[in-house]
Amino acid sequence: MPARPPAPTGPDGPPSAVPARLWRGLDRYRPPGVDAVARAWRSPVRGPWLTSVLGAVLLVTLPLVIVTGLLDWIAYGPRFGQAFPAGVGWLHPPVFDWPTRPAWLFRVTQGLHVTLGIVLVPVVLGKLWSVVPKLFDWPPARSIAQVLERLSLLLLIGGILFQIVTGLLNIQYAYLFGFDFYTAHWYGAWVFTVALVTHVAIKLPRLVTALRGPGFARTPLARTRPEPPDPDGLVARRPRPATMSRRGVLAVVGGGALLLAALTVGQSVDALRRTALLLPRGRRFGAGPNGFPVNRSIAAAGVTPAQTGPGWRLTVRGAGRTVTLDRGQLLAMAQHTAALPIACVEGWSTAQTWTGVRLRDLAALVGVAAPGSARVRSLERAGLFRQAALQGNQVTDPDALLALRVNGVDLSPDHGYPARVIVPALPGVHCTKWVEEIAFDG
Amino acid sequence: MAELRRAYGAAPWHLLLLAGCFAVAGWIALRLAGEPAAGRMLLWFVGAAIAHDFVLFPAYASVDRVLRSASRHGGNRALLNHVRVPALGAGLLFLVYLPGILGLGDGTYTRASGLAPRARFGQWLAVSAVLFAASALLYGIRRLSRRARPPVR
Repeated sequence: MPARPPAPTGPDGPPSAVPARLWRGLDRYRPPGVDAVARAWRSPVRGPWLTSVLGAVLLVTLPLVIVTGLLDWIAYGPRFGQAFPAGVGWLHPPVFDWPTRPAWLFRVTQGLHVTLGIVLVPVVLGKLWSVVPKLFDWPPARSIAQVLERLSLLLLIGGILFQIVTGLLNIQYAYLFGFDFYTAHWYGAWVFTVALVTHVAIKLPRLVTALRGPGFARTPLARTRPEPPDPDGLVARRPRPATMSRRGVLAVVGGGALLLAALTVGQSVDALRRTALLLPRGRRFGAGPNGFPVNRSIAAAGVTPAQTGPGWRLTVRGAGRTVTLDRGQLLAMAQHTAALPIACVEGWSTAQTWTGVRLRDLAALVGVAAPGSARVRSLERAGLFRQAALQGNQVTDPDALLALRVNGVDLSPDHGYPARVIVPALPGVHCTKWVEEIAFDG
Repeated sequence: MAELRRAYGAAPWHLLLLAGCFAVAGWIALRLAGEPAAGRMLLWFVGAAIAHDFVLFPAYASVDRVLRSASRHGGNRALLNHVRVPALGAGLLFLVYLPGILGLGDGTYTRASGLAPRARFGQWLAVSAVLFAASALLYGIRRLSRRARPPVR
């Protein structure tokens, strides 16, 4: 608290900002109900300290969700126009060639993005609960500065909730919203990010002050009292006796986060797969070596058994040469085995042991000694990911394979028989299944 | 500068910051305006905030009010949090996994994976029941230990 009352020019002082008559009038006019609402906020634990602790948690964790989300866009390969949305203007992170090492890179970045995004839901809800009286403040503003700040809060709160809702619906296949997920989630992220930066810049001093002041992390219920009135008006004017301590509230929020973590990590950890009880990928995908998650079945891709039968041929192009191989000829080439994860943009991942021909051996076959990129085409005709471009490093990595077998047996039709691409750290949708043609560029 | 500060109601950097924020948001809005589903995006963006502030928050606050008054009239304040916490847990799971629990994405899931969706409503009920049972067990243990060892005054 300041030693003397705030100067009348401050945003919290009596209205003197332009147009002064408007703000004074708003201040004097009390619409019916506003006083009843103001009295109805009675929780004694609301106040700068609780809001700041929850804010500090989000300040540390949300940037991780934002950065991993942007990395996901880079991993899709914007250089080839395959990052969605495409054509984003100047609003994108610096683009670089997505590395193939460590092989678990995409598994970790995308797993973190989705899992942390889910785990933070109770923290966001707790934070919103802690500041909800501000929404009903009267007057709603006392200066143009406050009007603008409140509008930016609509971007902040609308932004975070929009990101959570679209993300949760997307990973659970419920496309209720009827717009393109990639476009909405990408631009929603930018709106939220700029609003977050603005909010942090304005509120960080408050957060630091509150956390430097007396703490309540050890205060038991019996000694839980409201904080002294604060300049933001978070502390209840007419508090009732506490029914839960502040540390109790934090424990409930943290417990909620742990509960969600426990029911979500099974998407990304093979041994815990079935603990993701309430998610589509938390189940067994059949028994045997091919019993791991399928995102798109052969039936959904519209690929027929006739196309993948004995008549199937792989066309390899490059440097003006074209080679056609059947599956027997591919199996007769040098086979390489690698244990590699495959990770989906929707957050799930699995590690399997793949066997097949190195992509760089196929490039050498058509005379491309140092491939700069490759275009892989599937037998699939309709899907968004029926073809994928690979960077040079994704072709030459010693573990980058045209896989023919998995875990010691032939690929199942749903996993891409007769042949599929598997490359370390490559997003799952670019590990093309039912490959028909690979074209290498020098 | 002082005049700007008084008229605007905050420091000049505050204005610059917010101008930057709205410039980016405005640029995005213009960019998306050409999208066929731009209206829907705006609806979901604003709707998410409205749904939280005017539906979800009032709903859980009212349930909590009922629980608090029941515990006050029942004269058993210790029980309150043993109902609140598992109820919050069950509600949180319902909210986060709602599409799966209600089977909203089942059609898309089956078309993509070729697998029959599982009914997850029962699983959610089971997890919620476990949360309530664990809370009840803890409450029982607390009561017993309190009875065995009266609080030191």
